[in-house]
Amino acid sequence: MQDNSTLPFERPLFELRARIEDMLSNSEQTEGLENQVRVMRQQADSMEKELYENLSPWNTVQIARHQSRPTTRDYIEHSLDRFEELHGDRAFRDDMAIVTGLASIEDERFMLIGQHRGRNVEERHQSHAGCSHPEGYRKALLKMKLAERFNIPIVCLIDTKGAYPGIGAEERGQGIALAENIRDMSLLNVPVICCIIGEGGSGGALALGIGNKILMLQHAYYSVITPEGCASILWRDGELKAEAAEVLKLTSKDLKERGFIDDIVPEPLGGAHRNSASAAKFLRESILAAIKEVKQIPQEELAQHRYDKYRKFGEFLSNQTLPDFDEEEKSAEEALEAESGAAQE
Amino acid sequence: MAFFGWDKLKLIGKSDKQQINKKEEGSGPAVKCKRCGEIIIKKMLEGNLGVCSHCNYHSHISAKTRINLLIDEGTFVEHDSDLRSLDILGFERHGKSYSKKLEQEIKKNRMLSAMLSGVGKLKERPVAIGVTDPNFIAGSMGSVVGEKFTRLAEHALEKRLPLIVVSGSGGGARMHEGLYSLMQMAKTSAALGKLREAGVPYISVVTDSTMGGIWASWAALGDVIIGEPGAHAGFTGPRVIKTTINQDLPEGFQRSEFLLEHGQLDLIVERCEMRDKLASLLDLLLGDTTKTA
Ligand SMILES: [Zn+2]
Repeated sequence: MQDNSTLPFERPLFELRARIEDMLSNSEQTEGLENQVRVMRQQADSMEKELYENLSPWNTVQIARHQSRPTTRDYIEHSLDRFEELHGDRAFRDDMAIVTGLASIEDERFMLIGQHRGRNVEERHQSHAGCSHPEGYRKALLKMKLAERFNIPIVCLIDTKGAYPGIGAEERGQGIALAENIRDMSLLNVPVICCIIGEGGSGGALALGIGNKILMLQHAYYSVITPEGCASILWRDGELKAEAAEVLKLTSKDLKERGFIDDIVPEPLGGAHRNSASAAKFLRESILAAIKEVKQIPQEELAQHRYDKYRKFGEFLSNQTLPDFDEEEKSAEEALEAESGAAQE
Repeated sequence: MAFFGWDKLKLIGKSDKQQINKKEEGSGPAVKCKRCGEIIIKKMLEGNLGVCSHCNYHSHISAKTRINLLIDEGTFVEHDSDLRSLDILGFERHGKSYSKKLEQEIKKNRMLSAMLSGVGKLKERPVAIGVTDPNFIAGSMGSVVGEKFTRLAEHALEKRLPLIVVSGSGGGARMHEGLYSLMQMAKTSAALGKLREAGVPYISVVTDSTMGGIWASWAALGDVIIGEPGAHAGFTGPRVIKTTINQDLPEGFQRSEFLLEHGQLDLIVERCEMRDKLASLLDLLLGDTTKTA
């Protein structure tokens, strides 16, 4: 499958390619034309390479959200050898935003847990575009514990804007479900591999994101808040999303530099949606290599390995003391505070 | 109550002042209740532990005040008071600077971070205790809060001390620290996983308001979860839900009483009874029924 729909920043490239096609179909074949086309093609190729090697963080977010970007079910079809889907949380409902089942690639078997955005309108409706309810997170945890009982490694594919924001979700304990997943994933006695394949939206992503090895597709993003959300809360202007995307350091390259992810899974030029078969092949190879690698860790050390991995995250200053506040400054501050307090009403 | 936090109980405007002068002449400065809008004399509110005498709203109190309310006088030993946040991502744009904000918050609250942690005695029972300060960037969690929580939980594990954490964190994960903040949810929850496996009790006390990444990590992971009356707690904020589903939210949505009804809290406890209740729960959890709560 191939999708050639364009994002705004891709337009110049696609226009150039279209011009070349036009020239070829509308003119008589002459020697001069052939030369011109060759030059223009070279131009387009280098433009393309340049474009995707230097994507802005916001462009990355756009690609990660691309309507035709391969989803969990695409990868299930094209990256795995076997897949037996297992439904439901045995308590409330089968949340289609998270797909779970037993899988294999070559001679490695694993439990696949994947957030599914949906490949078409109907699927997107069923899965709330990949925004899971508590029962989805509980379904995922139930299947992970099943895997643990049979000593089966776990592979989580992360692709969500975030946990579903709704009344029912809160009534059924969205926060509790997320928290318990995060805690219990840290305790699992089997290898856990997580891969962000599209959007890694905050707590809803983290609730499937506690692993011994964290992979991330080249043009996926992973963030504490959406760029739009950050811009509108912090700067009161959602239109500053591109700038927020930049500051949040949410691209695979930035996150690898800072140690939040272990490996970047390459994507075909222009993004996974340009060539989903090759995207599926890259993911298959990466999962297989990751399982083989994590299986080297002795089983009794797996949970501690995960603990140590997350324990080190955090940047702060130590040996700091409270600055001295002289009385004058203090009373001036208080007056200022009183003023702003009154002004708020 | 020297460290009372006044952010949310806004200082009153001129018209309110006239009203108050009529009602309670010469009674001193007054504030307006965030929930019912009644005008309350500051001193009376302080005397009532920050609880509104009209509507029972349990207003914000500072972390220091909370420690004073729960921990025996002179027994609190603070841990990790030297940790300070920094602007690791460079959030310095559009007239908003995270570094400057940190400086201001440190000055305003006279503490280096949004969490106060340490050990002490609760009615003579040794405990590890942590409190987020709702006045410090809404008690939100960045690297420092996550680190202090984790160190406290690790200390509790090592010494087998029951852990009590009081959350009041409208802010959830602090977005200024990007994925560093998000990972604090993982770090703290993992530390609680160890505590759970070791059978060391952890009691989570949820106060107004405990949202987002704090509710979706340590606040929701208590062996026992207690809510103060009327405390607002949940994962997604009501405004976001309202705009997403384009529908009015039910009365009392995400408040303690709602959460209790939906099976998410173990119990609701008034602020004035919290200390006794915690002591009693600890005795029963730890198998010490000889003391009188
Ligand atoms: Zn009131």
